[in-house]
Amino acid sequence: MTTKKPIKADKEVHPSGDERYLAIDRTMKQFNYEKDSLLEVLNAAQEAFGYLSRDLLIYISTQLKVPMSQVYGVATFYHLFTFEPQGEHNCIICKGTACHVKGADRIIEALSEEFEINAGETTPDGLFSLTIARCLGSCGLAPVIVLNGQVYGKETPEAVRRRAAEVVSFSKEEQTQTMEVG
Amino acid sequence: MIFNTLEEIGQKELARQDKYKRRIFCCTSTACLSAGAGQVHTSLDQSVAACKCDEYEAEVVRTGCMGLCSSGPLVRIEEKDQDPILYGNVTTELAPQIVSRHVPMGEVEDEPDRDDQDLSITPHDMLHYRASLRKAGKKAELDKILIPLDIPFFTKQVKVVLNETGLVNPDKIEDYLAHGGYKALAYVLENMTPEEVCDEILGSGLRGRGGAGFPTGMKWNFVRQESTNGKFVVVNGDEGDPGAYMDRTVMEDDPHRVLEGMIICAYAVGSSAGYLYIRGEYPIAIDRIRKAIRDARRRKILGKSVMGTDFGFNADVRIGAGAFVCGEETALIHSVEGKRGMPRMRPPYPSKSGLWDAPTVINNVETMANVPSIINNGAQWYASIGTKKSKGTKVFALAGHLRNTGLIEVPMGITLREIVYDIGGGIQGGRGFKAAQTGGPSGGCIPEEYLDSPVDYESLTKLGSIMGSGGLVIIDDTTKMPDFANYFMDFCVDESCGKCIPCRVGTVQIGKLLDKLIAGDGSPEDLEKLERLCEIVRTTSLCGLGQSAPNPVLSTLKYFRNEYDDLIQQPGTAEGSMD
Repeated sequence: MTTKKPIKADKEVHPSGDERYLAIDRTMKQFNYEKDSLLEVLNAAQEAFGYLSRDLLIYISTQLKVPMSQVYGVATFYHLFTFEPQGEHNCIICKGTACHVKGADRIIEALSEEFEINAGETTPDGLFSLTIARCLGSCGLAPVIVLNGQVYGKETPEAVRRRAAEVVSFSKEEQTQTMEVG
Repeated sequence: MIFNTLEEIGQKELARQDKYKRRIFCCTSTACLSAGAGQVHTSLDQSVAACKCDEYEAEVVRTGCMGLCSSGPLVRIEEKDQDPILYGNVTTELAPQIVSRHVPMGEVEDEPDRDDQDLSITPHDMLHYRASLRKAGKKAELDKILIPLDIPFFTKQVKVVLNETGLVNPDKIEDYLAHGGYKALAYVLENMTPEEVCDEILGSGLRGRGGAGFPTGMKWNFVRQESTNGKFVVVNGDEGDPGAYMDRTVMEDDPHRVLEGMIICAYAVGSSAGYLYIRGEYPIAIDRIRKAIRDARRRKILGKSVMGTDFGFNADVRIGAGAFVCGEETALIHSVEGKRGMPRMRPPYPSKSGLWDAPTVINNVETMANVPSIINNGAQWYASIGTKKSKGTKVFALAGHLRNTGLIEVPMGITLREIVYDIGGGIQGGRGFKAAQTGGPSGGCIPEEYLDSPVDYESLTKLGSIMGSGGLVIIDDTTKMPDFANYFMDFCVDESCGKCIPCRVGTVQIGKLLDKLIAGDGSPEDLEKLERLCEIVRTTSLCGLGQSAPNPVLSTLKYFRNEYDDLIQQPGTAEGSMD
């Protein structure tokens, strides 16, 4: 974001063939490969890939010359980093104090029941993830959920359940359709 | 001095704004955005365009939080020589009606213009809205969403930190300059020595707004007196408390105010580099602060020579990755250094040995945001607000079972009763008040009999709670206290960094005891054990997180002991209690 010239993706190719590594390289370059920038680099990696795979952590470790143990230690310390790919659809339930007293737990229950997963898990078909947030800071609208990036306030368990089931069933239909065509 | 040019820019912006007969402010803060303010803003914009009136009839402005988040999206209309008008719960259907009520129509041809057909709102729609509004007369739907500005929610507040939020466009440095921005910095650079700045802040009685309440001027003086070069200023924007969003709002809606406070601090302590540590969950705040830094650099407010003086300062953003413990200053330092955010023993305090072992000032976002106002209005003025030991105002995120929830700024010393019943409008749905929870997971619950105690650092501590960073959650009589305490304990178990044993193991055991009690399997001995354990964790933990983690349990044990006793006598009453 602070680089002045936009880098044209088609001109620059990462040796791995995966463009997403360029974003990480950019961040590392911006910080002159300083060891202190580990957290920033991990943030960039999480943003580019959506989760931190083992390979990614090894890559960061060798590039920044920080021991793998330290990279792993830092990455696992912070809540924002995930180590498993997220589902196609993601529903974040706010569990801040205001949302809690207004029944966020029942929304979580309703969704775990609907998709048969626990909070923090993804369905086996990779379509839906249920994530818990500590506080989204929209306490005036509690309880708050974020479904696929769209924020909904003053929610009820039934409404969230219906909404989530709708987006997921839409993807399921698409999947079966492409399978039939294929 | 470069400030003259900056002042000119502000004057120019003011003159530009003055040309408009009316300005329509649409709150696009996170809470309003989640209620649909983005679409409302577009709709307002298109409606004004569809009016085909003179360009200077109306301007639609994106602003920050106006406070009353429970009635979002909020739209305020300021017309010359008239009182401002506030609309709440605005929808995309109501937005064109608002515009048609306040903005006159220009000339519209009978045949719809070809360009207009692509618009979702056409001039003919606007004509139609005007006609139906006229017909409805006093029964207009719009009157139902009018929010009177003389209700206690607004009149009981005193705005210092939130003075410009909701009035300025946070993305425009010109708008901040037009509202007297960076005047304090210019004054400081020209007329005051660093020592005088520290004394001024000390004289104002400003105390750290992050929760502990350490006198800010004293902290600055400690760092100023260090003779080493390479000191740092760190602004703590890692607002991890659930139920609190004051710092986010200030960073999102008035980023330059934070920056100005930070630069003044840097001048006062003799630092040339600083970091704003912002929570990763606040992408909008990160973007806006980054933009503010870029704009400030371009205007020579940041850089090698701040406003053309010998003093140089550079600021950068560091993004936190979600760890509550990073609100603790030594943990935050480790996190800025790219390490695990674990606290360490103090002393040495960061003012002696902080970031990369250099003397470091760490202040909360709200503390920094107070600084420009103190310089502009003088320490005496600031000290005149508040109580004997707690000066100034405090921003609270008011939430829970209340009629009006949102962001408020009140003078220190206001009673909780005034906040709950006047500003908050009382409990939702006619239920009874049960407790006010301040300070998040580190704070406690205050029952009804103490509602008349003043809100200041000492009084809240005496009641077994803390001021904290400003989360204020009001709960009604449907909430079971052991369950509520357990919620916070769950949080602390998750967030304990694991460095010291009392916190790492103690919180888990407290949680287990609470689970046992709530399940109805507890005995009187368990209750005793719980109390003893809380005391051990409180007194022996390394940092503030562990020391304050038992607060929710201890305060509910103190004021709502009967509910714990009931759990032992009548097993199972608290199950599924959240309603």
